[in-house]
Amino acid sequence: MVRNPDVNREQFRPDDHASDHFLLTSVVGSYPKPKWLNRAKDLADDPDSKFTEEQLEEAFDDACRVIVDEHERAGLDTVVDGEMRRTEMVEYFAELIDGYEFNGPVKVWGHNYFDKPSVVSEVEYADTWLVDEFEFTEAAASRPVKVPITGPYTLGDWAFNEAYPSLEELVYDLADLVNTEVEHLVDAGARYIQIDEPALATKPRDHAIVGEALERIVAGVPDEVRVGLHVCYGDYSRIYPELNSFPIDELDVELCNGEYEQIDVFTEPEFEPDLALGVTDVHDVEVESVDEIKENILQGLKVVPPEKLTVSPDCGVKLLPRDSAYGKMENMVEAAREVEQELDAGEIDLDAPLEGY
Amino acid sequence: MTEYVSTTPGLYPLPDWAKDRLSDLKGHQKHDLVSGDEEGDLVEAYDEVREELIQDQLDRGFDRVVEGQARWDDMIAHPLTVHPNVDTGGIVRYYDNNNFYRDPQVQGDLTDSGDVAQEVEIAGDQVDDSAALQAVLPGPYSLAELATDDHYGDPEEFQHAVAEFLAEEIHQLPEHETLFLLEPSLVEEPPENPWRAADAVEAAVDSADSDVVVHTYWGAVSEDVYTELLDVDVPALGFDLVEGRKEVLELASEHGAPDVAAAGVVDGQNTLVEEPSEAAADVEELEDAAEGLDRVYVTSNTELFYLPVNKYREKLSAVAEATEVLN
Repeated sequence: MVRNPDVNREQFRPDDHASDHFLLTSVVGSYPKPKWLNRAKDLADDPDSKFTEEQLEEAFDDACRVIVDEHERAGLDTVVDGEMRRTEMVEYFAELIDGYEFNGPVKVWGHNYFDKPSVVSEVEYADTWLVDEFEFTEAAASRPVKVPITGPYTLGDWAFNEAYPSLEELVYDLADLVNTEVEHLVDAGARYIQIDEPALATKPRDHAIVGEALERIVAGVPDEVRVGLHVCYGDYSRIYPELNSFPIDELDVELCNGEYEQIDVFTEPEFEPDLALGVTDVHDVEVESVDEIKENILQGLKVVPPEKLTVSPDCGVKLLPRDSAYGKMENMVEAAREVEQELDAGEIDLDAPLEGY
Repeated sequence: MTEYVSTTPGLYPLPDWAKDRLSDLKGHQKHDLVSGDEEGDLVEAYDEVREELIQDQLDRGFDRVVEGQARWDDMIAHPLTVHPNVDTGGIVRYYDNNNFYRDPQVQGDLTDSGDVAQEVEIAGDQVDDSAALQAVLPGPYSLAELATDDHYGDPEEFQHAVAEFLAEEIHQLPEHETLFLLEPSLVEEPPENPWRAADAVEAAVDSADSDVVVHTYWGAVSEDVYTELLDVDVPALGFDLVEGRKEVLELASEHGAPDVAAAGVVDGQNTLVEEPSEAAADVEELEDAAEGLDRVYVTSNTELFYLPVNKYREKLSAVAEATEVLN
């Protein structure tokens, strides 16, 4: 059953917000790393270099401040640090969880690889995963901070399972660990958590496992904490309306990339969580115009009313050139603010939001 | 007495040095991938990779040696993505895996290409007399399923054209002992008309003069697909005992099997390495179910590119050792 999005949404409305309507603007998480940060990492890895681990930590801190500032300049209502300290979305967590080991890179496509880990024994929580990252980012930010966490289904499915009798059992153990981490984050002050489950799109038939894993993740998490789920690049008709039963406040989906061909999937039956809609394409370098993005935002109003609509890019933007990533966010925020004004003025027909386009 | 033959369905991971060198030479984007007209340093790099992958098998005493398919950037869609009359579209998901290939969009007649024959030819020179050579191609049903037809217009005609194309590719292959035709789509995307899929397989392998194994994986085919394949007298069938053990054994015991089979008993998608004795016992279980197999190819169930290099090598050893146990 959906959580209580109405209870936790308003806390993200900026004090000086100009419109009565409020479309929450956010990002999915990753952001292009500054070139100098990658250079710093190379230097820290090079045994012949004098560059130290402490200096690399300083570089991570600097990068985090820079990207938070970039998000705030773009005008986003909630920010992240662009995952500057993270490597790949599974690898980063697998390094922190006891029970995983690494054997080397595997192919994803073409010459793109990732260090797919193996689960070789029962997974266990050791040290906190993201609390330091959150505390640093929060101190650097003046806007509320969102915390993306790779979900247990993806952490299980995108690893080799050597230790558990089934993926399901592994996923539930991982979900308990995510729950522990979320508790620590909430204690540290986090109010916006996003569980990333791209693997659900790979195996939609496992939606019930993801649902049960989410139940475990949100156990004991207070209503004022907003819990989102991000899914991308899939056939959503295979997981809707089942996901209406997920215990989340918000579902974040990529639909811009497919030119909203699948938007109608979510109109019947009624969409229950808040909708965080991808309104810019992260696989196209060209920055969409404000008008184009406004039209994309209106697609979301076919599914939910404005008070349940969040807007974000389709997915993490780390593969874009940095100026393109920034341009997309800036135009996205501008488009959201213009749509809010038009909603205030009653210029948008909520029964037919795209009328006239 | 049953003959046990160690082999694999091919498509190996690139050695780690080659991952770096090839991505430096080619790039990371979809238009940087193999198009069939490589030259210079790239050809040299692939020659070096091929040599290493073949040596990996020779070192372990494999009975059948594959080329390794290091050039197959688009996995089993490769024979089409390098074809001159095929455009490559967006990146699409490779079955239910976290892997992607370029959508082959067929724009013109599927004339013969000989791309795969060329690499098998080079592999043959290296294998020489030390082992027997095995070629690998996608089966016609899977290849058609993985592609988009913008030319033929009719699914039946397109399926027929793909089968004819493969028949010609097979015809151009140099002398080889065994041919594995990979048909995972028969399991993953079961055909609406099983007889048509079986006819396509028959048409593709009609003129083959090697031992042809139609290898299915990611579970078992449905009963009607299985019986259609038996009806068209496929020379040999490959079974996935890792993912579809129960169903495979049921099919074999209920309907029998061709005299030659491939037993996928080593998991190509998990780093957990099988005990050779357990893998051998699985082969024996298939033999018991099918009754009277003359020859069994002992193999991994899937391609091996899903694995990191150290585990791929351990899996090769597991296949070779399981075969030794049986012999």
